[in-house]
Amino acid sequence: MNAISNAAIESAALRSDRFRLEREADWQRLENIVVRMEKGRLRGISDEDLLALPGLYRTVASSLSIARETSLDAATLGYLESLVQRAWFVVYGPRSSLWEWLRGFLGGGWSRAVRGIGFEIGIALLVMVAGAVVGWLLVSHDPEWYFALMGREMAGERVPGASADALRGTIFGNTEKTGMSIFAAQLFSNNAQVSILAFALGFALGIPSLLLLVHNLAGLGAMGWVYWKAGLLLDFAGWISIHGTTELFAILLSGAAGLHVGRAIAFPGNRPVLTATAEAGRRAAVVMVGVVLMLVVAALLEGFARQLVDQTPARLAVGGFMLLAWSAYFFAYRGRAGR
Amino acid sequence: MKRRINRARSGKQRVLVTPEGIALPVTVAGRGARVGALILDLLIIVMLIIGTSIALMQVAGGAAQIAQAVDGKGAGAQVLQFLIVVWIVAMFLLRNAYFLYFELGPRGATPGKRMTGIRIAARDGGRLTAEMVIARNLLRDIEMFLPIPLIAMAGPDNGMAWLAAAGWLAIFLLFPLFNRDALRAGDVIAGSWVLERPKQKLEAAMTTSEAPVAERFQFRFEEHELAVYGEFELQALERVLREDRTDAVETVYQTIAEKIGRNDGWGAERRFLSDYYTQLRARLEAGMRMGRRKADKHSGG
Repeated sequence: MNAISNAAIESAALRSDRFRLEREADWQRLENIVVRMEKGRLRGISDEDLLALPGLYRTVASSLSIARETSLDAATLGYLESLVQRAWFVVYGPRSSLWEWLRGFLGGGWSRAVRGIGFEIGIALLVMVAGAVVGWLLVSHDPEWYFALMGREMAGERVPGASADALRGTIFGNTEKTGMSIFAAQLFSNNAQVSILAFALGFALGIPSLLLLVHNLAGLGAMGWVYWKAGLLLDFAGWISIHGTTELFAILLSGAAGLHVGRAIAFPGNRPVLTATAEAGRRAAVVMVGVVLMLVVAALLEGFARQLVDQTPARLAVGGFMLLAWSAYFFAYRGRAGR
Repeated sequence: MKRRINRARSGKQRVLVTPEGIALPVTVAGRGARVGALILDLLIIVMLIIGTSIALMQVAGGAAQIAQAVDGKGAGAQVLQFLIVVWIVAMFLLRNAYFLYFELGPRGATPGKRMTGIRIAARDGGRLTAEMVIARNLLRDIEMFLPIPLIAMAGPDNGMAWLAAAGWLAIFLLFPLFNRDALRAGDVIAGSWVLERPKQKLEAAMTTSEAPVAERFQFRFEEHELAVYGEFELQALERVLREDRTDAVETVYQTIAEKIGRNDGWGAERRFLSDYYTQLRARLEAGMRMGRRKADKHSGG
């Protein structure tokens, strides 16, 4: 290989072609690595080649810079441009493995992203509280509103005017029920889809995200009123809190994430809109991965813990603990500094 | 350099600056290729959904039989429950994680994108991060997965709802038509874009020859004969020589011979042209090293 290329280099008439023939071996080596990575055959690449990849990429990139200033061989320039681009895809492609990413995510990335959207969390929290209050007030004015907010099938036995016993039956004594795992999985899938929607609607300046929050919480407020009428508000709070502190927190975060993106589109500040939006979108995406994780936890709590814990004080304790744990993680935990 | 960038501004060509500061020409993926990739991916997802469902149902049928044979309920019922949970989770993942999984891989493309030769990249020239991929794919929910079932559910006879859902879908489907880089809403949020995956072979060097240096050129050209052409014509000549089609070689030979007033190349047109190419390139490249460039035959220098 070497002898042949030496002869070839000497036979080249032009300095630029000699330049090219001297470096061709490096280019071919890089191309071989890139082709194998493009085909997804990562295992077929030796450690030596993987280690050499960034160096080779820089070498070939500098070859391209030099060739642009010294060579008029269009085919070689085209080849180099495409090779550098392909190598750039590989070198700057998504490289961190899922586990590596997850570690950075749990070890500070997530809580940092949540703190980054603190302002929107405040707004979303206000909107959610307002939604619950509106639901409560509407139903206390005219119980017919209850069915507009909840839907008749969803409501089941929990209707305005139902007896206290019937209502108590909906929140206690389901320990024997089977099929809880199915229920939990369905719940998770459904809630996760709703929160992804709340985030995605942020693209429409965040307003639909807020409406979604209002709608969800108005239903909760209306239900709260029904139980309050029967004198079961505290028990209802306990029943909701065991998974609700996690689930409502997750919904709060997804609405805030949507709002964060919407705000960047509407008020990009000094930055170009596209830059501001992309920055906000990436931060919000991190929050959203966490939201999905929280909803898994919430579904497990709702599917299992609530059935096992059948007393209001214990339920409130579990719910309160979850709330405290999430808040501590998001707002007190700083993770690894400097990352 | 300026000319190169200007040319790159037109059409689908863009210039991307890598973190090393190298300007790379890239091509934004065509909308057709992207639609094709999306359709392929959706087909794959639907097939996966059907396949998973059938497989799980087979297992469930088996489990039910075992349950009947053993004791009627208990273990069998729990297996069934477990299978339903697996099914729900699998459906959620197929809908939400299919694109994520493939675009987070080293290839940065789903199977559909790979088949149509495109992939995603960071718009700023830096690394394509997991956050970008997540952000751009979460938006698929409002772009596609929300309106399509709505349209299907409402049906054309349910006027307003159908119109609203179809309008919604149209806004997001047509979004890439109304910006230069064919970004969809998810790309805007993520700071990503979809590019063509380039592929170009390295062609042989043009000026190698086995002959000793003294006999290298059969034809020698004077300074004034080389001065008429510039880089543009040189590259045209390179293409002709690489393609090596007899009729094209003859036509170009005649044009050049007439322009520089020589007619001694009859019978050896190809040799004449390749000698002319080598000497013209040597002249132009020497000029480049001195900081002089001659873009084409109309420019001076």
